[in-house]
Amino acid sequence: MSAVNRRWQKKGWLIAGGFFVFGFALVPLYEIACEHVLGIKLDQGAVDAEAAAAMAVDESRLVTVQFLANTKSKLPWVFSAEKVSMQVHPGQLTEAWFDATNVSERDIVGNAVPSVAPNSASLYFNKTECFCFTEQLLKAGESKRMPVRFVVDPRLPKDISTLTLAYTFLENDVATKKLAESNQAAAPAS
Amino acid sequence: MATHAAAGHHADHHDDHDHKPQGFWDRWVFTTNHKDIGTLYLVFAFIMFCIGGAMSGVIRAELMTPGLQFVDPGFFNQMTTVHALVMIFGGVMPAFVGLANWMIPLQIGAPDMALPRMNNWSFWIMPFAFTVLLCTLFLPGGAPAGGWTLYPPLSLQGGSSVAFAIFAIHMMGISSIMGAINIIATILNMRAPGMDLLKMPLFVWTWLITAFLLIAVMPVLAGAVTMLLTDKFFGTSFFNAAGGGDPVMFQHIFWFFGHPEVYIMILPAFGVVSEIIPTFARKPLFGYQAMVYATASIAFLSFIVWAHHMFTVGMPLGGELFFMYATMMIAVPTGVKVFNWVSTMWKGSMTFETPMLWAIGFVILFTIGGFSGLMLAIVPADFQYHDTYFVVAHFHYVLVTGALFSIIAAVYYWWPKWTGRMYSEKWGKFHFWWTIVFVNLLFFPQHFLGLAGMPRRIPDYNVAFADWNLISSIGAFGMLCTPVFMFLILWHSKKHGAAATQQVWEGAHGLEWTVPSPAPHHTFTEPPVIRAQDLAHGDPTH
Ligand code: HEM
Ligand SMILES: [Cu+2]
Repeated sequence: MSAVNRRWQKKGWLIAGGFFVFGFALVPLYEIACEHVLGIKLDQGAVDAEAAAAMAVDESRLVTVQFLANTKSKLPWVFSAEKVSMQVHPGQLTEAWFDATNVSERDIVGNAVPSVAPNSASLYFNKTECFCFTEQLLKAGESKRMPVRFVVDPRLPKDISTLTLAYTFLENDVATKKLAESNQAAAPAS
Repeated sequence: MATHAAAGHHADHHDDHDHKPQGFWDRWVFTTNHKDIGTLYLVFAFIMFCIGGAMSGVIRAELMTPGLQFVDPGFFNQMTTVHALVMIFGGVMPAFVGLANWMIPLQIGAPDMALPRMNNWSFWIMPFAFTVLLCTLFLPGGAPAGGWTLYPPLSLQGGSSVAFAIFAIHMMGISSIMGAINIIATILNMRAPGMDLLKMPLFVWTWLITAFLLIAVMPVLAGAVTMLLTDKFFGTSFFNAAGGGDPVMFQHIFWFFGHPEVYIMILPAFGVVSEIIPTFARKPLFGYQAMVYATASIAFLSFIVWAHHMFTVGMPLGGELFFMYATMMIAVPTGVKVFNWVSTMWKGSMTFETPMLWAIGFVILFTIGGFSGLMLAIVPADFQYHDTYFVVAHFHYVLVTGALFSIIAAVYYWWPKWTGRMYSEKWGKFHFWWTIVFVNLLFFPQHFLGLAGMPRRIPDYNVAFADWNLISSIGAFGMLCTPVFMFLILWHSKKHGAAATQQVWEGAHGLEWTVPSPAPHHTFTEPPVIRAQDLAHGDPTH
């Protein structure tokens, strides 16, 4: 009797342990589900510039791309898109510019998180270059002009005529803190 | 037949030597006895219900009239957050584990739980977990205030209290998992000969399924809060958008735990009600097997509906549709259950003792909660209702008039077996009718508030919402009296109650009614010989 009980105890802990691991496995599973089941691109990386340039331009079609620039309330930056929207042909490599100013008294590292709406269009929106790929450092009071280069895949479903590209800048606390520490360390020497 | 009776008598005689350990430490702290541990769990849950109730008193006092009168908004948010954590993890769940400890061995003819030492551990972790959680109220910065769902980034913006809360959640989780493993081992391995799986009382069945849910989802919650912890203190970015993480992913992981969790709190309630209604309708449960399969399918479906809590985060249309239909599908097995309870009562010779009143109250009011759930499951409607008081009304109907009513019903139903004494029917009924009036005053108007657009988790509101909030608060103050009533009724019964018979209720069937009242400290030290008429559900074809 008690041997069987102990066996059940062991099995129970194994199942529980398995589900603990499963909880963490949900992190990659979430990404896989988004991209392969629901068709939402989470990957923020660049597409190959040559492949993008090789896309045939679809002159017969015009797609409106709108730009949104947000900051999280805690980030003391002013951030805006130079153009609110653009008309592009699918397959055409296009450049858009964004401006950011750090209006605070301290140096801050920020990261921009992009998002494409409607989300079914995200698979067809390719960036070859973007300020959102890397951390952005703005010194106190500094302004910066930042480009994004993108191409809309000609396979974009026909019923989508308008895309919105939204960026939200967030403070990267970890990097900002590191920066402040290294500034402090450097200060007595300079 | 004669041998059966003799065997039964022999067991009774043996049980009469009570062999209770003497002294507080040996009896309660080091106890491995399922009945004592069950009592500890129930007493603990009662204390937690009182603490959580006091917090809801603060919330409803503040919301009684528009404007800020008693507490500042930060403290108000701590109250809503800790109220929920205390009620869910400290009240409802331990109360059901307590009932499981007391009743499962008695109902399946086992001498004790399968793993008695672990049983002691799983209880004694709980007071420590809740001491840690409640102490955060006195930390600088106060307790966690981001809601019991702990959504980042909000939940990580408070002070260090979130670390204590996470530690407490880890401890509760370990306790629940140990409890669940124990219940599984007991049910699968300790049944008396002849107690086939499909002869087990439904309370045992629902707990078996609940225990599997627990060991599947508590570890997922542990994982989610661990990721929160490392995001806050160790620089990871699971949910931190600035570092490449995704806060929406937290919601997915949390609700992967969270929705099965709500069924963890309701399946044992289904079990309790399925025991009580046949007793007082004096008819076998209608559709016993259907009940078992309905429970199992609810448990299965509960894993694929989680995103109905997050319809408004911006999911793709396909996702919204899938989770909407999957959620609505749960209403089917749930409907089967309600149908079977009603059919059990149909043409039964019913009497309305206190436990039966609570059980009938459960069936009616829980169903209202199920209906509002169905309304919330409709995606376009939920865009309107989400994060309003309508959701608050929904989950209080299923949890207070559902889970809590069944716990109270169970206590009245089995109390004479535990203590050997009857309670006062008059005051038990008073307790019930008082609760019915005030619980509906408390929660029904919240439907209207929600439909009118009053958001949840706010300390102040538009004057347009004033009237229903006042009524709701009056209901709350009436409800705050009910633990006092219950305590006095049970205390009086313990001291002065009439002696209970062995069967207690005329229509009661099941092994627990074959042992004397009060149930001796040790029961079924030798496996009982099971006679068909002793079984709660002797004929599984019903
Ligand atoms: C027919 C069955 C049910 C359906 C269709 C249903 C549906 C829903 C939906 C769609 C929501 C999300 C509402 C929103 O946030 O906008 C919700 C919330 C909730 N439900 Fe249910 N539900 C059902 C039964 C239950 C049961 C049995 C319980 C618990 C015993 C429960 C507990 C809760 C809780 C606690 C919440 C709110 C969680 C929170 O946001 O804090 N529900 N339900
Ligand atoms: Cu749910």
